[in-house]
Amino acid sequence: MIRFDNVSKTYPKQNRPALDNVSLEIEKGEFVFLVGSSGSGKSTFLRLILREERPSTGEVHVLGKDLAKLSNWKVPHMRRQLGTVFQDFRLLPNKTVGQNVAFALEVIGKPRGTIKKVVPEVLELVGLAGKQDRMPGELSGGEQQRVAIARAFVNRPMLLIADEPTGNLDPQNSVGIMKLLDRINRTGTTVLMATHDQAIVDQMRKRVIELDQGHLVRDQSRGVYGYQH
Amino acid sequence: MRAQFVMAEIWIGLRRNLTMTIAVIVSVALSLSLVGAAMLLNSQVNQMKGYWGDKVEVSIYFCNKNNQKNTKDTPNCASGEATQAQIDAVHSQLDKNPLVQKVYTETPAQAVVNFKKQFPDSPLAPYVTPDSFNNSLRVKLTNPSLYQEVASQVEGQPGVAKVDDQSAVLKPLFNLMNTAQWVALAIMVIMFGVTLLLIVNTVRVSAFSRKRETGIMRLVGASNFYVQMPFIAEAAFAAVVGAVLASGMIAVGKFVLIDMVLKKQITLISFIGWGPVIQVMPLLVVIGVGMSSLAAVLTLQKYLKV
Repeated sequence: MIRFDNVSKTYPKQNRPALDNVSLEIEKGEFVFLVGSSGSGKSTFLRLILREERPSTGEVHVLGKDLAKLSNWKVPHMRRQLGTVFQDFRLLPNKTVGQNVAFALEVIGKPRGTIKKVVPEVLELVGLAGKQDRMPGELSGGEQQRVAIARAFVNRPMLLIADEPTGNLDPQNSVGIMKLLDRINRTGTTVLMATHDQAIVDQMRKRVIELDQGHLVRDQSRGVYGYQH
Repeated sequence: MRAQFVMAEIWIGLRRNLTMTIAVIVSVALSLSLVGAAMLLNSQVNQMKGYWGDKVEVSIYFCNKNNQKNTKDTPNCASGEATQAQIDAVHSQLDKNPLVQKVYTETPAQAVVNFKKQFPDSPLAPYVTPDSFNNSLRVKLTNPSLYQEVASQVEGQPGVAKVDDQSAVLKPLFNLMNTAQWVALAIMVIMFGVTLLLIVNTVRVSAFSRKRETGIMRLVGASNFYVQMPFIAEAAFAAVVGAVLASGMIAVGKFVLIDMVLKKQITLISFIGWGPVIQVMPLLVVIGVGMSSLAAVLTLQKYLKV
């Protein structure tokens, strides 16, 4: 699903690499936490998978494809098989919940009939049945994140990438989001989640990958958040 | 491609950016009407050059019956209409002259045809007959400035009514119109520059104000074409409106300036009709849309990362 072979990434005008010789593999259907303090390289790791950045050295394989060999115009097609969720939700404030989810399908040219059918389905899956016509501003943070997850999942991606999805939520809403991600994982979708939330990692007991200053310092199945920093 | 969705996005974009859109439309309209004016000026010049205009430098007219009756202007014609032998004599003299590049003959019958072609709506057209014209030789020189040497050679020869320096008559007028054309072109280049900057800036602002949308589009895997299309279409739409306005301005300009004013005051010159004006209009649309789409595409390369 995802394979990093000796991947390093150094940004221009920076001495220390953001990622330093990282090699790892994530299998289909896994649920993986990516932990580490700010500046540890988590965001770079995710951006490399999305091909927002290219590695300085090493190879990144996603969904069986070497991203270095993927031509620019094929990148959008690769991204259609990935879903992405962020800490700040990134919803369109002037579109309804339903339109926000539909937007993801409209811009990849899905027919209207399909959109009409799958949008209510996915909203029900994330627990927002009946809230299709509400505006994002009228929803709680947890509900907004559910909309974002619905948008990321509506195209049934193979891989869901979540960058601190609970970062802006209270513990109760966070638990709800984690339950949802776990449910999505059980449908066969691989989930890769970067997080700072110790309680969640400790509770879920999933695989944990820890980065520190660009180095891979821990890769543990059924791990906990780890050492007190 | 969901056409309705794309159209809606374009409409939202145009409305959100209304003031800039209006500025682009006006600026496109002004620069395109200058393009159109320069083109029409060019066809006007070509029209005025007429059939012989820039092909020859010297026109030699031979005596006809009318010249014989009125020898005040053409004293050389007292002996009557020029004979074919006289014409041939002058012709062969010219052929031997090294300054002469080529000699064309024009019979009165051909002259009628050429006149009617150049002045299709002249009030005189129905009344011109071959008798109104002279046999003439039209001479192309190897060096146009040596006109005088050729003219003096044939002037006063039997049967020669008049020798005209074609360029002396028309040159000042052509110079004036050429200058006008260059001025129009220069202003046009500046206006084009301003228009391009304006389009670049409009697209930039538009791309910036829709950063969130385009960010999501990239994330969910919309193709580059889908992400960039609304911006390009916005620029192209503004250009089409601008081109239509420019076409209108040109049509009004031609009607007021040529039909209402110049045609009534200057009857000697044949002015362009509606044909060239209508031909210019689609060209303006093509130029406008091409220019603004290209500017939009180049801007997006820089400001809309895909």
